[in-house]
Amino acid sequence: MVWVNAIVQGVLLGGLYALFAAGLSLMFGVMRFVNLAHGDFIVTAAYLMLALVTGFGIHPAFAVLFVLMALASAGYLNQRILLNRVLGADLLPPVLVTFGLSIIIQNALLEVFSADSRRLNAGWLDTASFRLSEDISIGALPLLMFVAAVGVIAAMQFIFYRTALGRMLRATSDDPEIVPLMGGNNAHIFAIATLIASVVVGIAGIFLAMKTNFDPAAGPARLLFAFEAVIIGGLGSLWGTLLGGVILGVAQTIGAQIDAGYQILAGHLVFLAILVARPRGLLPKM
Amino acid sequence: MTTLLETRALEAFYGDFQALFGVDVTVGEGETVALIGANGAGKSTFLRAITGLLPAKGQKVSFDGQEIAGLPADRIHKAGLAMVPEGRRLFPSLTVEENLLIGASGGRKGPWSLAKVYDLFPDLVAKKNNPGTALSGGQQQMVAIGRALMSNPRLLLCDEISLGLAPKVIKDIYEAVPRIREGGTSILVVEQDVGQAMAVASRVYCFMEGRVTLSGPPGELTRAEIAAAYFGTKTDEEAA
Repeated sequence: MVWVNAIVQGVLLGGLYALFAAGLSLMFGVMRFVNLAHGDFIVTAAYLMLALVTGFGIHPAFAVLFVLMALASAGYLNQRILLNRVLGADLLPPVLVTFGLSIIIQNALLEVFSADSRRLNAGWLDTASFRLSEDISIGALPLLMFVAAVGVIAAMQFIFYRTALGRMLRATSDDPEIVPLMGGNNAHIFAIATLIASVVVGIAGIFLAMKTNFDPAAGPARLLFAFEAVIIGGLGSLWGTLLGGVILGVAQTIGAQIDAGYQILAGHLVFLAILVARPRGLLPKM
Repeated sequence: MTTLLETRALEAFYGDFQALFGVDVTVGEGETVALIGANGAGKSTFLRAITGLLPAKGQKVSFDGQEIAGLPADRIHKAGLAMVPEGRRLFPSLTVEENLLIGASGGRKGPWSLAKVYDLFPDLVAKKNNPGTALSGGQQQMVAIGRALMSNPRLLLCDEISLGLAPKVIKDIYEAVPRIREGGTSILVVEQDVGQAMAVASRVYCFMEGRVTLSGPPGELTRAEIAAAYFGTKTDEEAA
């Protein structure tokens, strides 16, 4: 029964990893853009949430709204003002710029919030749970995370495949050079893609703040989980990203069940095994 | 006839390499004009320069009474200039219908709609949910033309639309030209096939090495003149 429990908890944890990964997957899909500061953006969103709720005493619902709006506008502006300048045939400049951003963000967070490990107290959400059987109960927060992940992926899927905006995003992903001949403005389309990704980063950051302890240097590890989920699932596939998150989550909880020290290692090993067996991921689109 | 498009001494560069040397081209309202010339003569470069894909800042390109040189390509598109790019360039992850719909993103009003495009190219109706790139070459070309028409352009630019297609298919596609003109759209075609260009156009321009070497209505140009302008060889009379 402990193994079933490990799997159930792993699936739910996978929701959080899918949230980490969805924004990364979207930006890579539309722009072939690898954002090395992705994890640090998530941690920044977590700190923003923490500061609003515990520092300024703002009601969590308003704080969530504010975090998402702040992330959306910051994402749009960051893309238009900074990241669009380094986009091009060469993959290296975006990697260098976001690597720099990552260092700047970590040090700015360290300056403002100190190196102390923090966590957002979610009140009753922290302890509420549903008992499924004698040995298995599901925490309200992990369940909420998983539902949010499915909701976010479904919403992104809808935007991508059912709306005029999604059509434009897919066209830009296919062939950005001729999109202007269809009346599309690439700089704006890229920024819209980053805006959507940033809203997902905000959601991921809010859950990160409630789920675990985090500190200013927590970003790169989240980035690594996000990368693994994207690669396991297959580049360009949103449902694949959810699947990748779930596989990573289950691998970690099963590893932790064997020995608490194996949690992270087990995730990486499963990632490596999948990379060897299916280099293009489980549900590849490109 | 009012002038729709006019370039004056248009030059274009790829980095340090100059590809156009002072090209004057005019297209009148309702006209069908053809650009002919060998590979590398600058025909496609000319289209890239007027659509904004190649920077033409500070130059003279007027379109529909507006100076468009140096504007971003999406703004030029919204002014009513649509292009069928060389090699069709359909979006592979979009269906036929989505490819057509994306042509209408600029939001220009006019006679063209999905129904009208399907009416013009009935072959596409059965394929509308297929990926754009799963079609035959001729059908893909129809999608590319339909996609450009969906923006209700004042001027349609067609870059090598007969390239690599069977003669029967080329004929089918060129049969659409009169109906496109009926909708009030002027047409500028780039063609390597001189016969096809002469048949469809009311005026032709011959390009060679980045310059216009000959222009006029097809009826007033002799084969020898065209050969000379196309290949740069002198005619017998000139040599004598």
